[in-house]
Amino acid sequence: MASTETTPAQDAPGQDTGSVEAGLDALETTTTGRPPFRQTFVNKILPPIVAIAVVLAVWALLYPVVDNPTKLPSPAAVGGAFKEAWLQGTLLGYIWTSVSRGLLGFALALLIGTPLGLLVARVKFVRAAIGPILSGLQSLPSVAWVPPAVIWLGLNNSMMYAVILLGAVPSIANGLVSGVDQVPPLFLRAGRTLGATGLKGIWHVTLPAAMPGYVAGLKQGWAFSWRSLMAAEIIASFPDLGVGLGQLLENGRNASDMAMVFEAILLILFVGVAIDLLIFSPLERWVLRSRGLLVKG
Amino acid sequence: MATTFAKAAETTQYAARLEHVSKSFATPGGQQLVLDDISLDVAPGEFVTLLGASGCGKSTLLNLVAGLDRPSAGTITTDGRPALMFQEHALFPWLTAGKNIELALKLRGVAKPERRERAEELLALVRLKGAHGKRVHELSGGMRQRAALARALAQESNLLLMDEPFSALDAITRDVLHDELTRIWAETGVSVLFVTHNVREAVRLAQRVVLLSSRPGRIAREWSVGIPQPRRIEDAPVAELSLEITDVLRGEIRRHGQH
Ligand SMILES: Nc1ncnc2c1ncn2[C@@H]1O[C@H](COP(=O)(O)OP(=O)(O)O)[C@@H](O)[C@H]1O
Ligand SMILES: [Mg+2]
Repeated sequence: MASTETTPAQDAPGQDTGSVEAGLDALETTTTGRPPFRQTFVNKILPPIVAIAVVLAVWALLYPVVDNPTKLPSPAAVGGAFKEAWLQGTLLGYIWTSVSRGLLGFALALLIGTPLGLLVARVKFVRAAIGPILSGLQSLPSVAWVPPAVIWLGLNNSMMYAVILLGAVPSIANGLVSGVDQVPPLFLRAGRTLGATGLKGIWHVTLPAAMPGYVAGLKQGWAFSWRSLMAAEIIASFPDLGVGLGQLLENGRNASDMAMVFEAILLILFVGVAIDLLIFSPLERWVLRSRGLLVKG
Repeated sequence: MATTFAKAAETTQYAARLEHVSKSFATPGGQQLVLDDISLDVAPGEFVTLLGASGCGKSTLLNLVAGLDRPSAGTITTDGRPALMFQEHALFPWLTAGKNIELALKLRGVAKPERRERAEELLALVRLKGAHGKRVHELSGGMRQRAALARALAQESNLLLMDEPFSALDAITRDVLHDELTRIWAETGVSVLFVTHNVREAVRLAQRVVLLSSRPGRIAREWSVGIPQPRRIEDAPVAELSLEITDVLRGEIRRHGQH
């Protein structure tokens, strides 16, 4: 073999390439670090706090104007509903019922959507056959699946998971497809010359290179999972299924308890956002930052 | 009509042998002949530069030798699978510099415990000690090309194909990398087929310069370069030969203006 042994760089006498190179490297390398906490606080944390404060203020001002607690409850009444649910120990139960359903459904969607996306991306026939349907499905509101799912599967948890899957699988698969489509051909050629062909090529080059699109698909997939689940819980609420956030909202409506309805809406919003902020946004940022694709704002 | 990556035992006479290689592409206007009857040997340990105007088919030829594309006619035999370095570094941005090299080692079947050590050695060879954990975007242009070179060397191929690897770099960095490449070539004994449109670069580096004509690409002429290494791109003998080659190259290009 040609290059069996390599010795550390040694310059020919009279030449000093190494130190010139070290100088060039030092001049051109930029160091990036994390911004200081103060900056993060002012740029990222403060704005949403201000926004929430403004919403609360408008609400508090509007309440006496509307003057009808069955239409608009006071912030205090909604706060009371939260407090009561917390004291009764049911609050975390509502949240857990929905979140566990949502995450389990999402995990199933991940298991189905990933190979499906890979097939659509890589097999021409499959792409021609179901590619358009898959992107079309994304624009179909998943609430449309609730009635048929109830008829096919009955009022049970399987029905909920079916609706989640129908909502999330297309997003995840489509995200992976667009991720694969956007892989620069240069990476594929480089991979092939390194010997990454066939499955090795998919594993070592195509999949990691498609990560940004895939993660964007996961993020959207979660949003769709959560939405689908809430639609299913609201429409197909049934006491034996356990009370999740959707049922809570429906219970509030049946009891004409507007504070409970608001409580449920706020919980649905906050839990959906919280999961995104805790899991999917950090994942996306990590993928982009590690590739130098995150432009610091 | 394909590229064969032969076993080393069968091929001690050459690192790559191209016999009557032609390549045409289907275009809307019919078949376009890009390479016409190219025959070329690269000896073991030889440094050959392939020189030609932009669009004359240099990259097409390297792709054929690398086995990324098939010739329309003729045969190509190489001593094992060649390594290929591109104009863009083509390092994988989801891996660190060191892990890029380790991936090349892994795909070659190097056992895990040895990979790390070997990657460090290769980084030291291209003077990137301490860059193992650096992300690609944290490296300067010159450092990226050196890391890409280290990754190509990790393949331990007998033939290194380089497609204008320094043409996107500034002149100072390019100059330094010429020195590095010459040193590494001498140290490793690898055969190099280096593509460029830069006449001086071709003369600075090569033992043999092969000039490719355009449309279709044919071998127009060859020069063997007897100037001893280490050379510098400003050296008088380098400049002198460059001038001679440039005149021939201009003559080749001029023919296309006369219709
Ligand atoms: N896949 C392809 N299909 C059609 N034409 C191609 C293809 N690849 C290269 N060509 C043509 O072949 C010619 C040579 O291209 P290339 O090898 O990239 O030139 P060089 O690397 O010398 O600049 C160009 O005219 C280009 O348009
Ligand atoms: Mg080219």
